Amino acid sequence: MVNSEKKGPDIQKLLAPAALVILYIFFCVFGQNFFSGSTLVSILDSTYYVGLMAFGITFVIVTGGIDLSIGTNMMMSALLGGYMLANGANIWLCLVCMVAIATVIGFINGTLISRLKLPPFIATLGVMMMTQGFGSIITRVQTQRFPSSFDENGAYKTIFYKTANGFPSGIVYMLVFFVVALVLLKKTRIGRYTYAIGSNEEAVRISGVNTIKWKTLVYVICGFFCGLASIVYAATYTTIIPGTGNGLEMNAIAAVIIGGTSMSGGVGTMSGTLIGALLMSVLKTGLMSMGLQGHYQTFFTGLVVILAVLLDIYRNKRAARV
Amino acid sequence: MSQMQQSPMILQMLDIDKRFQGVHALNKTKLELRQGEVHALVGENGAGKSTLMKVLTGIYTADSGTILYNGEPVSFSGPKEAQEAGISIVHQELNLMNHLTAAQNIFIGRESKGFFLNDNTINGETQKLFDRLKLSFSPTNKVSSLTVGKQQMVEISKALSFNSNILILDEPTAALTDAEIHELFKTIQELREKGVTIVYISHRMDEIMEITDRITVMRDGQYIVTLNTSGTNLDEIINAMVGRTIYEEPKTASNVAPGTPVVLEVKGLRSREVKDVSFQLHRGEILGLAGLMGAGRTETARLIFGADPRDGGEIYKDGEKLNIHNPSDAVAAGIGYLSEDRKRYGLAFDLSVADNSVLAVLEKFTHSGFVNEGEIQETTDKYVRRINIKTPSIFQKVSKLSGGNQQKVIVAKWLIKDCDILIFDEPTRGIDVGTKSEIYKLMNELAAEGKSIIMISSELPEILRMSDRVVCMCEGRLTKILDIQDASQEIIMKYATQRN
Repeated sequence: MVNSEKKGPDIQKLLAPAALVILYIFFCVFGQNFFSGSTLVSILDSTYYVGLMAFGITFVIVTGGIDLSIGTNMMMSALLGGYMLANGANIWLCLVCMVAIATVIGFINGTLISRLKLPPFIATLGVMMMTQGFGSIITRVQTQRFPSSFDENGAYKTIFYKTANGFPSGIVYMLVFFVVALVLLKKTRIGRYTYAIGSNEEAVRISGVNTIKWKTLVYVICGFFCGLASIVYAATYTTIIPGTGNGLEMNAIAAVIIGGTSMSGGVGTMSGTLIGALLMSVLKTGLMSMGLQGHYQTFFTGLVVILAVLLDIYRNKRAARV
Repeated sequence: MSQMQQSPMILQMLDIDKRFQGVHALNKTKLELRQGEVHALVGENGAGKSTLMKVLTGIYTADSGTILYNGEPVSFSGPKEAQEAGISIVHQELNLMNHLTAAQNIFIGRESKGFFLNDNTINGETQKLFDRLKLSFSPTNKVSSLTVGKQQMVEISKALSFNSNILILDEPTAALTDAEIHELFKTIQELREKGVTIVYISHRMDEIMEITDRITVMRDGQYIVTLNTSGTNLDEIINAMVGRTIYEEPKTASNVAPGTPVVLEVKGLRSREVKDVSFQLHRGEILGLAGLMGAGRTETARLIFGADPRDGGEIYKDGEKLNIHNPSDAVAAGIGYLSEDRKRYGLAFDLSVADNSVLAVLEKFTHSGFVNEGEIQETTDKYVRRINIKTPSIFQKVSKLSGGNQQKVIVAKWLIKDCDILIFDEPTRGIDVGTKSEIYKLMNELAAEGKSIIMISSELPEILRMSDRVVCMCEGRLTKILDIQDASQEIIMKYATQRN
């Protein structure tokens, strides 16, 4: 048997960006007013929070796990931040607390899964419901509002969403943390163990690595990114409604899958996730520019997820046969 | 090896006792290793060899007993601590992370302590290890792209990277080719010369006779005896292992009378790994498929069973051409396949003996949509008795059975399905000597009843003992079909290595 270097990966790396570009061009041709700066900005608007959540959950999925609580975790953190704000807390303190709260939820997930051995699906399903409920309990089901640009505390929007002259500063914020996630996954020990646990957790354990600690950390990272997402969500939409947030995790998971990360663990890239998130936003905005409503977007996103995975299976089969 | 006698004891495990929920896994066992020897640890499956090694490396804690390492009492809390003290183990089942490179696997848990990883360092260190072992692949190869043999060498490299004083190899050759085994033995010799003590666990007696200095035999968790390899023989070892003598005598003549009808015929079977293979199988015949790793034996069997797509060739049963495109076609035609990898392909491990037995024929026991448990139990009971499956009950999970009995459950499954052609792929791999002879007995009985068997085996004594005829393969081609009276280990090896 020869261990021939597969030609696959090179094409594979190009495929997702190519799909993104093709889709963009497609909507530029067929959509109305799609090819414009303002459309590009509105594509980015909806990428920020999905993208940040997707970066976090990429770690989890590469270990072979899942985190269903990211959507409600993000929303609860935003709600609690808003609640603090309404009770007179400093806006910057609120934002820091939002990240801290989401990170703690990640730690709870990680502890349930790695130390208490709950299956990730069950642990995070429970936490998903609990966070959704907790946000409503604390706020007494009152909608929480963040300051808009004109308010005295509106300065935070300049950093996390848009500058006064319309520059989408949120993209800078997201890309900075994209690089952080990329470096963590590729260049540090937590990244190495993330792939290793996804490949063969028992082998990692037998090698003397404290898998409980590292696996917990993976969920902590995921929670931390939910916190980052909650800031940008608040900055973008300003109105946070209790009882929402579930379902958003599926958008993030879809982005990760479109980006080529395997649900069975061990395989995946951060750049794939970024492209997956962008692709979903292009699809969303593009379909709207063609006059198709949100439900079409949901339908086509689902189709893209299935096509992406089918393509992956087909390509792996080809690679295995060559 | 006379100087070996004077070497000091590097390790003594004395009166080691360990119970698991009522099972007495280790019963006052002992093991004594001299510095720089290759020490075989043998015994049937379940004799306690692996458990003893797990106690040594801190994976299990003994209930009582002492471990003296260089004369000092020790007790390791886990494999990492044992490794740091110079005791490494290469487990029977590979413990690698497929999506990582060889170097990343070897240095997992020992990456640079700084924030950023430095793969150049570990690649360099790995290359040094590979040079020492004369390995030809690169530290940056992903493990999933390596053959099982090379993966095994990655494991051994990893163990060596700890500068071990004691290296434990648990069934290291089970998946290696002859060339790889040869390299491994050379490595073991070199390590011994450098003073490394090696514990060698294996079922392959020829290997043990070849490379070990002393042999410790265990049975039922107890220490039986330690022998000098040069002063003993196979009979004595096996006697000690099973408490009785087993003879492995080759068959001298075929059990198939001339003129017995042909049941299965394959003509010009072709795929990527199989090149134009044709042969016939007679009623009641055991046809041995011999060859080295990569000879295409399993691949041929999988083509017949429809598990892989074939590029060409025909399959006939009782003179009629079969259209086999997938395993269910083959099963419908009465062909059953017993994979060498029982865990992956053969059994639903979490289901009971009864459930597994009827898995392939559930429709037989289903009436108007309801499964009739009574009928299932009756049938399973019958077959459990007929082929002597040792299980506390038919409701036992198969994961709790020994390897040999799992094998029998698969046989029962195919018999209930009315299969009259059975393909046994490495039927005794990883099965202890006692159960082995039971599997042999079962195969002979099946053949006597008129079932036809294709048996793939890498062990030539097994081929010679069981087969009526021997098909020799090399690199995907069929090189020779031998009648058993003309076959010997030397002749089979000649054809198994006959390249174009």
